[in-house]
Amino acid sequence: MSPVSRGFRRLYRDPAGQDSRLPPGQHLTEGFPVLSAGPTPHTPLEEWTFSITQGSQTRKSWTWQEFQALPAETITADIHCVTRWSKLGTQWRGVSVGTLLGKAEYDAPYVMAFCDGGYTTNLPIEDITGGRAWVAFGYDDGPLEAEHGGPARLLVPHLYFWKSAKWVRGLDLRDTDEPGFWESYGYHIYGDPWREQRYAGD
Amino acid sequence: MDAVDGNAIGGMLIEVFGAEMTAASSTCGTCGASRPVAELVVFRQAPGTVVRCRTCGSVLMVLVRRMDVISVDLSGLADLSPQ
Amino acid sequence: MARTAVRGRLIWQAAPVASITRETTSVVTIELDPPHWPGHRAGQHLDVRLTAEDGYTAEREYSIASAPSEPVTITVERLEDGEVSPYLTGELRPGDLLELRGPVGGYFVWEPGDGGPLMLLAGGSGIVPLRSILRHRLRTGSGVPTRLLYSSRRWEDVIYRDELGQDHDGVQVGYTLTRNQPAGWTGHTGRIDSALLAEVAWPAEANPLAYICGPTSFVETAAAALVELGYPPERVKTERFGGTGGTDGRSGR
Repeated sequence: MSPVSRGFRRLYRDPAGQDSRLPPGQHLTEGFPVLSAGPTPHTPLEEWTFSITQGSQTRKSWTWQEFQALPAETITADIHCVTRWSKLGTQWRGVSVGTLLGKAEYDAPYVMAFCDGGYTTNLPIEDITGGRAWVAFGYDDGPLEAEHGGPARLLVPHLYFWKSAKWVRGLDLRDTDEPGFWESYGYHIYGDPWREQRYAGD
Repeated sequence: MDAVDGNAIGGMLIEVFGAEMTAASSTCGTCGASRPVAELVVFRQAPGTVVRCRTCGSVLMVLVRRMDVISVDLSGLADLSPQ
Repeated sequence: MARTAVRGRLIWQAAPVASITRETTSVVTIELDPPHWPGHRAGQHLDVRLTAEDGYTAEREYSIASAPSEPVTITVERLEDGEVSPYLTGELRPGDLLELRGPVGGYFVWEPGDGGPLMLLAGGSGIVPLRSILRHRLRTGSGVPTRLLYSSRRWEDVIYRDELGQDHDGVQVGYTLTRNQPAGWTGHTGRIDSALLAEVAWPAEANPLAYICGPTSFVETAAAALVELGYPPERVKTERFGGTGGTDGRSGR
């Protein structure tokens, strides 16, 4: 047993009355911690594309300009990081994944999101359609900062935030649910914060 | 966000390997670059600790702590030799 | 290589705090009396773990500031928005127990037999392990010619000012102040760069041994400049603390 460090407390303390919005084992943060498994890529917008692929085939691809012309929504969501911080009421601007997949005439039960820098994460199609996931390019009233995943990141607020891949560049349609980056290093294949699915086997 | 280097994870590596590892020689399995573990690029503001090659950026090691057990994946390394 | 899972083997211990000394308005030096200490090498660090009443824990690394022949001390800078450093610099009292493990590190270490001359480059609190090296040099009677260039925001932020100002045979200490300078300042100004290092660093022909410690961007700039000046990369040892002015969750020391 570690001795208690007299007078030491975690930086952020949870205000009363927010318990129902906090999944088990989570604590509120007022900041926006920056987490990353690698250096921040800086892809110029003129080189940026977003693609729906299936193996070697590109089903649909948008340039930045084309992407900006798609119908965008403002999203307000609580986000939950597996490192135990949650942030309530974050505001985003983005295009729903359902809109994107609808234009690609998809046919697959799973996707693997792929990103600048090589990060990947796996998701079931039913979790990213029906208005539950977006490709977000705005945060608060401005563009999404590079350190938070800009120019665009996935936003899947009902799953742990590692599923909301930063610097996302596309979705690869898959027949099977294969693990992405963190999922292959012991994190949960699905990652529901309300069932506290942090690690494989939870 | 600024990365740190392999010096910072010396304690965790002793936990994993039972020996001092920051002076150990590492060889990248992707580009073949060799250097002491201390000079590798370390990202640890993440669900786990990701150690990358300073030459090509490939992932060399990933360490994930769950309670008091650390899982370590060394599949990106061609070689790791304690001094 | 293989994948494996191993149980922890490095032992945490609770060390009484022997004394706390203020160095600057934001920096303290903490002397510790760990019950089981195998002895350390100049340049090593130790890991500190704090535990809150609700079981929450936070770990950071701190460079050891003292020579191997001296009591174990760490020097801690209070970082804005930090979680651990405000506790260590503001709440901790002599007699409290601080949980630690160490010493840690086998790369960023110096022994008198390693040769020289020594070129030490410190950015901010990156001076701490270099101070351990300087004290080890003094305590062992090593006469290795040594130059220290210490980059700090302001003169008031310089740690160990009085100690570094003393006349130690064979040690030349230079400063560069990056944010503002006191009236009549005759030292260097601005961030460290190739031009400054070309001026103050030992020439590569002297076969110097360099230790660079500080924020990541400082270390990258300084190391690249020394290699540019002809220092062999394997004679340039580096330790990066991460970002500046952020949370101590990011930078650690």
